[in-house]
Amino acid sequence: MSPHIRLGRTTAGIMWTVIATLMPVLLLSIYVFGFRSLIITLVSVISCVVVEAISQKALGRPVSVTDGSAVLTGILMAFVIPPGVPYWLPLIGAVAAIFINKELMGGLGFNVWNPALVGRALLTASFPVYMTAAWIPPIDWSQSPLGVYLGGGVDAVSTATPLYVLRHYGLAALLEKFGDLSVIYKNFAIGLRPGCIGETSSLLLLAGGVFLMIRGIITWHIPVSTIATVAVLSWIFGGETWFTGNPLVHVLSGGLMLGAFYMCTDYVTSPTLKSGQIVFGMGVGLLTVLIRLKGGYPEGVCYAILLMNCLTPALDEWFKPKRFAPPKPAPVAAVK
Amino acid sequence: MNRNLQLLWNGFLPENPIFRLALSLCPAVAVTTSVKNGLLLGIAVVFVQVFSSCTVAIFRSFIHPRIRIPAYVLIIATWVSVIDMILPVVSPEAYKQVALFVKLIVVFAIIISRLELFASKEPFVPSFYDGLGMGIGFTFGLVITGAIRELFGAGKLYGFDVLGFEPLLIMILPTGGFFVIGFIMATFNYLEFKITGKIPKSGGAH
Repeated sequence: MSPHIRLGRTTAGIMWTVIATLMPVLLLSIYVFGFRSLIITLVSVISCVVVEAISQKALGRPVSVTDGSAVLTGILMAFVIPPGVPYWLPLIGAVAAIFINKELMGGLGFNVWNPALVGRALLTASFPVYMTAAWIPPIDWSQSPLGVYLGGGVDAVSTATPLYVLRHYGLAALLEKFGDLSVIYKNFAIGLRPGCIGETSSLLLLAGGVFLMIRGIITWHIPVSTIATVAVLSWIFGGETWFTGNPLVHVLSGGLMLGAFYMCTDYVTSPTLKSGQIVFGMGVGLLTVLIRLKGGYPEGVCYAILLMNCLTPALDEWFKPKRFAPPKPAPVAAVK
Repeated sequence: MNRNLQLLWNGFLPENPIFRLALSLCPAVAVTTSVKNGLLLGIAVVFVQVFSSCTVAIFRSFIHPRIRIPAYVLIIATWVSVIDMILPVVSPEAYKQVALFVKLIVVFAIIISRLELFASKEPFVPSFYDGLGMGIGFTFGLVITGAIRELFGAGKLYGFDVLGFEPLLIMILPTGGFFVIGFIMATFNYLEFKITGKIPKSGGAH
């Protein structure tokens, strides 16, 4: 046997560990947005698993839904969908994420883009009204009757995300709507703000990410470089004049934490080498800030990651370590 | 099957301009947001292809090889001008949708490639059938792509509301056009593989 050290680590083991770290986030989103978020997540997971099983059968591959990758895709896709969307919406996203993006490209390990984000991108292009307006404000436990909490009466309530307010009305409007800066920091860190189902709780996502780092499933390179780039760039360019932006608001709002810890670090679609990973993270951060401050959408993490996914093969190639001894030219006789 | 029928059939499926030769994909993606647009442009292409092929076949011995491309373009442009004057009279409403692309038929890859590859070497009758087959194949491609995109993107078919659920906007966008054409191309390759047992060489490889 060759001298390989076996870690006893399998794809299924990694996937289910990542899924386990996302469970607290799901519980919190049920607390914040009601059982809608649980139902949407379940629909998303089930449709991803079913689509994967059907497409693997149809394409003549061994059915491998138990490895958890489809379940993880389903959870992550639900987490980047607004909580007020109709329940059937994730089904269409699952077809794009699993069938088109993953199975048709060759299965797990061959997809160019992050499946969950492809699902979101297709849904955003197909149903712009739902995907950009179906936000729900956090439920007030003391006020809400159980009926509202169970999901009824949602259509009547709609709100705007912090990034939307910041983009279109400025920091003053944000403070007016969501309270003082200290209140904003506290609520945004816990997750008590309008947003996609699983993106609101920065603290739980951070804890999950740190846990994954301790377990050695992800490394710090991509998340840290992404978040640091967003913080620095939004501090420099985010305000009225230079160096007056509020980096913490930018880091805590939108899908940055979820994207940086759980989507950028996807093994398949991110660079293998550490140096490439840092450049990848910086690219995601740069594009995110660019879209947030100058683009047409209030939030840019999804497209930033998808665009950098396209560059992943190039980054792997550029940062390939140099060989110390260049290979000898082949003997003339062998060249024909 | 005699040769003329074979030429017709050839343009329809085995060498379908869109799905097998992958020519003129740009207009195919641009106009196929509905069946009607696809059908109208398809008819215009049939007309231009048939008449240009016939013209080139008649004059093929007079066209000097060195200036053949400009000569072809002039011939195509002549017939495009004719159809561009006929269409607005026949169907003024639908013409507005495809007017720009009717003028662009001059530079459609499929037409000039058929002139160069076929009509410049063959006599009148086979050229006529080849042009007709290619035109019909192109129309078929536009109509089937347009039908799928209109059905899923707008919930309609030839303008009639048939779909009960909410349409996917992306199918109307150019992205959806590429998706649909890619899927139909894959289906064609799969069918060819199933029927002949060989892995297709041509489809989509250009």
